[in-house]
Amino acid sequence: MAEHILLRHRDIPGLDQMTNYHQNGGFVALKKAVTSMDPDDVTNVVKDSGLRGRGGAGFPTGMKWSFIDGHNWPHYVVANADESEPGTFKDREIMEGNPYQFLEGVAICAYAVKATDAYIYLRGEFWQIAKKLDLCINAMENTGFLGDKLFGSNISIRLHTHLGAGAYIAGEESALLESLEGKLGQPRLRPPFPPAFGVYGKPTIVNNVETLTNVPMIISRGSAWFRSIGTEKSPGPKIFSLSGCINRPGNYELPLGTTFRELIFDHGRGIPGGHKLKAIMAAGASSSLIVANDQALNTPMDYESVPSLGAQLGSASVIIIDDSISIPWLINKTIHFFAHESCGKCTPCREGTYWMRHLAERISHGEATIQDVELLNDVAGQIKGKCLCALGEFSIEAPLSGIERFRLDFETTTARTNA
Amino acid sequence: MNALQEKFPDEIKAILATYPTDRTGRRSAVMPLLYLAQRENGYVTKEAIGQIAEICEIGTTDVASLIGFYTLYHEEGSSKYHVQVCTDLPCALRGAEEFLKNICENLGIKVGDTTQDGKVTIEAVMCLAGCHHAPLFQVQSPDGIEYHEDQTVASALEVINTLRGG
Repeated sequence: MAEHILLRHRDIPGLDQMTNYHQNGGFVALKKAVTSMDPDDVTNVVKDSGLRGRGGAGFPTGMKWSFIDGHNWPHYVVANADESEPGTFKDREIMEGNPYQFLEGVAICAYAVKATDAYIYLRGEFWQIAKKLDLCINAMENTGFLGDKLFGSNISIRLHTHLGAGAYIAGEESALLESLEGKLGQPRLRPPFPPAFGVYGKPTIVNNVETLTNVPMIISRGSAWFRSIGTEKSPGPKIFSLSGCINRPGNYELPLGTTFRELIFDHGRGIPGGHKLKAIMAAGASSSLIVANDQALNTPMDYESVPSLGAQLGSASVIIIDDSISIPWLINKTIHFFAHESCGKCTPCREGTYWMRHLAERISHGEATIQDVELLNDVAGQIKGKCLCALGEFSIEAPLSGIERFRLDFETTTARTNA
Repeated sequence: MNALQEKFPDEIKAILATYPTDRTGRRSAVMPLLYLAQRENGYVTKEAIGQIAEICEIGTTDVASLIGFYTLYHEEGSSKYHVQVCTDLPCALRGAEEFLKNICENLGIKVGDTTQDGKVTIEAVMCLAGCHHAPLFQVQSPDGIEYHEDQTVASALEVINTLRGG
């Protein structure tokens, strides 16, 4: 894309400095919202823009904001900065390079849903980023872009950072709220959803960092402008985190609907070491494995098209797998991750990931028979649709699709023991 | 005022001011307080668990269970520094498993063990959101976390040696 909308710091050096951000159109949107728009108007513009949640689920953002329960007070906004999906590193770059645009987005969201306090829940590993955001929040308070009587109105908005302490599950929004309340990060039974019953039992809007970073531009430039980027049902820019067997790993901000081929071969410059592309995981470790054929490479990366390949776009953490990689080894890695990160609250996930881990370990070490592969397939199938949250459901994506689509790899690993 | 409050009066005041003043809000302070208690030695002492419970008006079991649940809190007796190497899928595809193995071989210890001087524990951890800069690790010290990206075995050993000297 000619102009970065989210990773603007790549076009404008020093954008993480308050004065620089201000001089480059910063806080225009927040001022516009607070001084000339009703909160509901702000929500409506976001609704019209078609912005969808960038954390993985792709839920329409404006619609989520409109669900906030107006009969229960106070309201809260929580920014999900718990970025922990293997293969995802986009929110981190936003907060390091373009922190004010993100914070402005949080403030606009707070105004739209009439919240005074907003929490930014960062994974504990983002210790240095939290410190940086604290300084930015201070600078905004000192210049009147946060705090009381914003732009001479009666509006107060305060932002606070809160560090998690190492738990993937805390990225799941209801587990995140539990964690913010000082409890174990374990998901809640839903409904009720956070816009009705969130942190401290109060109506809460939880949005991903990237989602919120889109908001200032939508408010200042309008929803029609936003819709001119991306596809009809998936408008706007998206940051694709590209990793694995690729020449140029990194974040690429591209319109939704860009093809896998363009991302991998134009931006990522292809596969190193003379290897061939074998599989793609589009949503980090939570992905099913996409067989990297021409049809897949020509598929646009948006929320509607990726499912046609039997996969999801998720948070667009695109992990590239080349032909030197054994799929049994790969699923052992992803299963190991989910077994470690399972919070233990619901049985299918806690026990299921445990047994899958044992089977996958044996299979990848060449100590299993083809019957063990069938058993793994069975166990994964039994987890499906039975978990309290998405973690358990994610844990079976790679094994189920791997066994189905890369059968030969499993026959090879088990050949010795079968005989 | 308990010992933790006497030691960090301003910090604790600032932490409590971040959350609602009622009892539900007070409990939110538990995670930042655990970090605060870890500041000196890199782990949470049994006494600190009691002090945090008192400040947050919750049970000691509630506080202790968090130390077990979250990987960045450490129990009494843990080493001062934790070198945590990401070996998750994207990093493993870029040689992180070999990288960790080599570091451990050089130090003559196994993954999860602490160096003979008791100062540095080498651990394999889950994704650190730095997949494009693999191999990478973070150093957790009593007062914070620092990333070290695009590492070689030699550069990692240099960092570890500096920690051991400190």
